[in-house]
Amino acid sequence: MAKPVQQLDRVVIRFAGDSGDGMQLAGDQFTSETAVFGNDLSTLPNFPAEIRAPAGTLPGVSSFQLHFADHEITTPGDAPDVLVAMNPAALKANLPDLPVGRDIIVNTDEFGARNLAKVGYATNPLDGDSLDSWRVHKVPLTSMTIEALAGTGLGKKDAARARNMFALGLLSWMYHRPTDGTLRFLEKKFAKLPQVAAANIAAFRAGWNYGETTESFAVSYEVKPAPMRPGVYRNISGNLALSYGLIAASRQSGLPLFLGAYPITPASDILHELSKHKGFGVRTFQAEDEIAGIGAALGAAFGGALAVTTTSGPGIALKSETIGLAVSLELPLVICDIQRGGPSTGLPTKTEQTDLLQVMFGRNGEAPVPIVAPQSPGDCFDAAIEAARIALTYRTPVFLLSDGYLANGSEPWSIPDLDGLPELAPDFAVATDRPFLPYERDPATLARPWAIPGTAGLEHRIGGLEKADETGEISYDPANHDLMVRLRQSKVDRIAQSIPPLLVDDPSGAAGVLVLGWGSTHGVIDAACHRVRRRGVPVAQVHLRHLNPFPSDLGDLLHRYDRVVLPELNLGQLALLLRACYLVDVVSINQVNGMPFRAADLEEALWHVLQGAGT
Amino acid sequence: MSIDLGSPALSGVPKTDVAQRPKDFKTDQEVRWCPGCGDYVILAAVQGFLPELGLRRENIVFVSGIGCSSRFPYYLDTYGMHSIHGRAPAIATGIATAREDLSVWVVTGDGDALSIGGNHLIHALRRNVNLTILLFNNRIYGLTKGQYSPTSEAGKVTKSTPMGSVDHPFNPVSLALGAEATFVARTIDSDRKHLTAVLAAAAAHRGTSLVEIYQNCPIFNDGAFDAIKDRDTKADAIIPLELGEPIRFGAPAEDGGGSRGLALDAQTGGVRVVDVAEVGVEALLVHDATRDDPTTAFAISRLTDAGYLRQSPIGIFRQVDRPTYDDQARAQLSTARTAAPGEQADRLGALIGGGDTWTVV
Ligand code: SF4
Repeated sequence: MAKPVQQLDRVVIRFAGDSGDGMQLAGDQFTSETAVFGNDLSTLPNFPAEIRAPAGTLPGVSSFQLHFADHEITTPGDAPDVLVAMNPAALKANLPDLPVGRDIIVNTDEFGARNLAKVGYATNPLDGDSLDSWRVHKVPLTSMTIEALAGTGLGKKDAARARNMFALGLLSWMYHRPTDGTLRFLEKKFAKLPQVAAANIAAFRAGWNYGETTESFAVSYEVKPAPMRPGVYRNISGNLALSYGLIAASRQSGLPLFLGAYPITPASDILHELSKHKGFGVRTFQAEDEIAGIGAALGAAFGGALAVTTTSGPGIALKSETIGLAVSLELPLVICDIQRGGPSTGLPTKTEQTDLLQVMFGRNGEAPVPIVAPQSPGDCFDAAIEAARIALTYRTPVFLLSDGYLANGSEPWSIPDLDGLPELAPDFAVATDRPFLPYERDPATLARPWAIPGTAGLEHRIGGLEKADETGEISYDPANHDLMVRLRQSKVDRIAQSIPPLLVDDPSGAAGVLVLGWGSTHGVIDAACHRVRRRGVPVAQVHLRHLNPFPSDLGDLLHRYDRVVLPELNLGQLALLLRACYLVDVVSINQVNGMPFRAADLEEALWHVLQGAGT
Repeated sequence: MSIDLGSPALSGVPKTDVAQRPKDFKTDQEVRWCPGCGDYVILAAVQGFLPELGLRRENIVFVSGIGCSSRFPYYLDTYGMHSIHGRAPAIATGIATAREDLSVWVVTGDGDALSIGGNHLIHALRRNVNLTILLFNNRIYGLTKGQYSPTSEAGKVTKSTPMGSVDHPFNPVSLALGAEATFVARTIDSDRKHLTAVLAAAAAHRGTSLVEIYQNCPIFNDGAFDAIKDRDTKADAIIPLELGEPIRFGAPAEDGGGSRGLALDAQTGGVRVVDVAEVGVEALLVHDATRDDPTTAFAISRLTDAGYLRQSPIGIFRQVDRPTYDDQARAQLSTARTAAPGEQADRLGALIGGGDTWTVV
């Protein structure tokens, strides 16, 4: 008899296990299936900094949360509806996040005395009544996987490794996911190891069949596709979108892409991705350190490349001196900072927005650098092109300020039409019959000429010493220095003229409170604002992509509202800037725990402010 | 040594068809080194030598760091960048990797290259990027007014070491050889002929060439190289390295060659100074910089005084072929390009539109 199917409008699933359990892979695959099915989705991978923390321990727990729905969603979900716990550590670490009444699928095979002891369970939680408030599905995942793979010739240990695919198969059955993609993926991933491919596929199928036949799962669920704007979609993570954006910027400018980088979490995937694309003329240089990474990039920029360096906060600290040099040389350079928890080494795999003031001010002297921040994984593509546009047009280093959540999180992405991308003209200087002035400025942009080696008649020397206006010769003249400092600042300020007006979302038009954000908090602020509006209180929302310079209409906008509320994953860094620039009494909502805001928490915090504002 | 204009190092760099003179490489900038500084002689030698390369001026780039020597690019009418302390090799690596058609030079000093920039130097050398690095070694910090440097002899009394420094110095040649350098040479600011010959060989070498130039700083470390410059002492102080010749120095022996020489030391595996009359010319070490094994080159480099300089081998220590980083990177690029046929635009569309996709109508 066919099992009943229940309709749901949204589900949050969390796969949790040991770092070695392959939870990220299972999560990624479930995400791909879900994307292809046509749900809207948002993901939150969460893993330890250690590659293999001691097996079975709490610090070794790795998880992957996925939120999917039949309508538009903007966050990876506050709390799971279903927790897949592959061992006692995963159960213990994730149970506090699981609301009562929700489902737990637990791998009973891993609940032996040793594993229980490792996480301080005196008795097996699966035996007593401590889990009675949840719906627990006890599944011997490991032994069933081994059983399913008997006859494949794989030893028990190797067979057991495929248990993540068994879990994926079971969940895929539960939520009616299409499976072709996963089968194709496994065949491709293990193309060189056909036995392993076959084992993983067999485990995946066994998981699916188990769901269909066992009595432990009485119903399955259906979440209908979400209505989306017409187009061709794919699922994409922030680091991948950023890499593609850089390659697209290279094509739009006709300049070869040069990346100088040193491996660092969570930015390394950009280095890995770009290294694959030499066929597009992309040169990647893995340097001896962060300083050499940006140094080589700056050298390549001098040579006429679209130059990029990628790093995270600690790397920015090391690159600061070279960024100052780039400010002084006025050469185009895109600096990607994929923020992570700090200070110092901090929380390498967690997310924060704590580098804003570092990139804004973290250099000696008056050294203004434009800042662009993407607001979602897919938006990293457009933000990368925007950063390149500013760098090339204004001959300046530019920060692209992403973060760990955007980098690893993913969402459906409407694949852009390449013909619709902006033209980025490098506009190299050419020799004329006038003497060449390396620091003569374009009257509109204040940009200086970009004269690349190989151009006869434009031989010139530039450096980090203060330069005379126009000629670029060394100058210690006080008035000239004052002029040059102001010119460099004015040039960055002028970028505001090229920034489109801000888009305020205020459906009722009656809001007295403006919720402002920047970067990766866009989705969750959006969700929280919707919830507040559903509770009957109007609220306006605006999100900043440009953090230096600010859009020219920002000041007026802020003064139009009774209150401005600013949620940030830091202790109020943008708030400090807004207060200084616009004398606005910004109300901050701050969280610095290495995780994105949860929509419910933000809703409550907003509600609290709104009540105080008398709205 | 002569300059081979068809040299592999410069094969990608466009040649000029107009005759160049040293004056063409001078800029209108006032040279700001102290009177008597060794840098003047080196500048004149480089300006005198560049026309011989016959390259287009616009295809030559000089990159420097910070320090007295690093003002060098301002005085050469080529493309140039006066960068930040220690980072010139990294910046030059980017230029050379991005542009095959440029002849890229780094001008640096002992503080710039061996202290703050030590890491970039050794990594440029091991990668073998197509660069020529001129390391002006005056064994002192000049621009910051006289602190001891990483090549200053131990015990040196300076403003920052009133009781004498307790740092053991680097030997730049040993360091470079240890860092897998493919071309390592040492020369002296005051010997223009030797300097020019070494520069020519360095420029012709495809890969990173490191040339240590002993450079006198009359203001803060005057006389540091007197022993190897003084008429009376230099025969004993300089151990000349000439390709294919037995290594001899010191007062002339009966056959006109030096009375002392170098021989392999079976006991230590190194080299030692021997009396030619005692061991005979046949027992002397014949210099071969092209030997792939750097052991002997390193052993020779150890004969440099670590203290006040009374003895130093001068010449080309090592000159071997090894594929360069930038050439190999470019080769990978063209392999990848050949393997990816079709229009770039179409391929980009296929890339970003790849993976599992779905269509919403
Ligand atoms: S301080 Fe010494 S090295 Fe520097 S310019 Fe003066 S003499 Fe030359």
